[in-house]
Amino acid sequence: MNTTTQPSPDTSTARLAFQLYAAIGIAVFLLMMVGGATLRATQAAWMPLAPNFAYQLLTLHGAGMVGTAGLAGAAVMWYFLRRHVPLSTGMFLAMLGLSLVGVVMILAAIGLGGYAGAWTFLYPLPAKGMVWGVHAAAGFAGGLVLIGVGFLLFYLDCALALLKRYGSLWRALGLNQLFGSGPLDKSHPPTVVASTMVIIVNVLGILAGAVVLIMTLVNLYLPSVTFDPLLMKNLIFFFGHVFINATIYMAVIGVYEILPRYTGRPWTISRPFLAAWLAITLMVMAVYPHHLLMDYVLPKWMTVTGQVLSYCSGIPVLLVTAIGTLVNIHRSGIKWDLPSRLLVFSIFGWSAGVIPAVIDGVVRVNLVMHNTLWVPGHFHFYLLLGLLPMLLGTLFWACTRSGWKESALDRAAFWTYGVAGTGFCLAFLFGGMHSVPRRFAVYDPAWIGIAQVGTVAATLVLAAAVILGLRLLTRLPRASLTA
Amino acid sequence: MQGLAWSLSLVLMAGVALIFLRVVAGASQPGGDAGTIAAAGYRWRDRLFWVVIVAGVAISFATLRKWPIPGHAAAAATPDVIVRAVGHQWRWELDRDTVRPGELVEFEVTSADVNHGFAIYRPEKSRILAQAQAMPGYTNKLQVRFDEPGDYEVLCLEYCGLAHHAMRAVIKVRADS
Repeated sequence: MNTTTQPSPDTSTARLAFQLYAAIGIAVFLLMMVGGATLRATQAAWMPLAPNFAYQLLTLHGAGMVGTAGLAGAAVMWYFLRRHVPLSTGMFLAMLGLSLVGVVMILAAIGLGGYAGAWTFLYPLPAKGMVWGVHAAAGFAGGLVLIGVGFLLFYLDCALALLKRYGSLWRALGLNQLFGSGPLDKSHPPTVVASTMVIIVNVLGILAGAVVLIMTLVNLYLPSVTFDPLLMKNLIFFFGHVFINATIYMAVIGVYEILPRYTGRPWTISRPFLAAWLAITLMVMAVYPHHLLMDYVLPKWMTVTGQVLSYCSGIPVLLVTAIGTLVNIHRSGIKWDLPSRLLVFSIFGWSAGVIPAVIDGVVRVNLVMHNTLWVPGHFHFYLLLGLLPMLLGTLFWACTRSGWKESALDRAAFWTYGVAGTGFCLAFLFGGMHSVPRRFAVYDPAWIGIAQVGTVAATLVLAAAVILGLRLLTRLPRASLTA
Repeated sequence: MQGLAWSLSLVLMAGVALIFLRVVAGASQPGGDAGTIAAAGYRWRDRLFWVVIVAGVAISFATLRKWPIPGHAAAAATPDVIVRAVGHQWRWELDRDTVRPGELVEFEVTSADVNHGFAIYRPEKSRILAQAQAMPGYTNKLQVRFDEPGDYEVLCLEYCGLAHHAMRAVIKVRADS
């Protein structure tokens, strides 16, 4: 929106790269949704899946969703950031290539090696699975390392381009303007601010992940070399929290760039906007102890930090991006079509999902909610109803050029996705209220009814997602890098 | 506590939904002056910011002033009974499984192998009473006062491998123990 030139060449290779990300992303998301719905049906006693297979599926669902969310989010960031700074298509493809090799290793570890240590690979479980072997656990960890290397290459390319254009990440993040006394340069793109934030936090997050994965590999092959489980837990949750949050902060670039084209109201930077992104940069990295509130041996200041920053983390989302979206569309004469509906809905999903997450971050609540279905309840809210519509809306828009011809099927799929998705997440939260544990392959009779409601909702979400996914795939050949 | 979290979440999420629905309903009508709308919207945003900050300070003070984890407060109460709870794949080892109603029981929770979650469920098993992580090499202390007699089931709430769901124990609260 803020630049008229295209610093990155619009080549057929670049277009193909974007199409590959979109096609693979949609395909994997749909497959992982089938996996998730199957898990819920197993908990509902409607699928006779043996516990070992269920936990393998759980591991695959988690790793697949998080990895694909990262790749698809990176594709949105690349799609728009290349309009402001020159980005390499080769690095973008290298990330995809390394990720695909990593995925093959992960699939082999789970499918052939029987690995079922969950995507969080909580030390020392990978080495003490009792059922899977050392090589299976190493294959899973090695696959994650390769994916991480791919992301680091991509972020390195983005960081170099930003440094060349703006001189420092400080300036790219707009901090010279936030702390300066002069007037703001309104042409500084929000995309650059968001991308810089993601580069800073995710490089550190992935490096922490790489460290803990290497330590895990060392422990796997040299069992006499052990590490402090609390340190490992801190590293794992720092990495996991930062990585999954970065997916949303990459995808939200689509909202900043696309909605103004519908409304004719540019989304420009302001001091609150820059302050919010600075706050997010710091808080995304510092808030991870809210995953460790039930580790009482943690220093008390970390527990307090976890609770307080968990609350504060919701403020930039709700006050800057959500209100910014509402202000941007209010009485704007926006033309509602599938991309615009999905993008606005995604901000609702993100904003609403923050609420149960913040409530769970209160120690007194966490004491009775931690590791219940409350947790997948809130993260599915802002991933299924926030991140995924954000990604879909952006991809639909990239394939639309002169306007999406909306059919009744599109509208039906959108509303089914939204309503059933909300029901699916509420079923999780309701289960959390009733203390139903998360990550249980076999349910007690009292919990099965909740799982059955969740399964019906998941099936409807899946059906709607298949329609949306197929619609997108058929339009993908028309994708444009300059839409 | 669980009911409060659920109700509060529903109310606040419904509030967010209503605001979105209201704005979305009128969004396709043209004619709104962008500058006026932005000024009004950002005035609301600034007010809301201070409301959220004040509420945050109040909530933090109310929930953290008295340390929320019994057994880890600076002046923790002296327990009547200490129970050592050790997690193993996939069973709980309790050095004592029967206590009296009203006794302050301190669980010393740890693990012999991988991470586990030590969660105590009320007898009707619809609500968690309290929980702590069980981690190898560390001991988390958890103080619980069982007011009602009955069988309190212990479940593992940290995924620990293929029989995670079957890792259970029972704490019997008996007046005549």
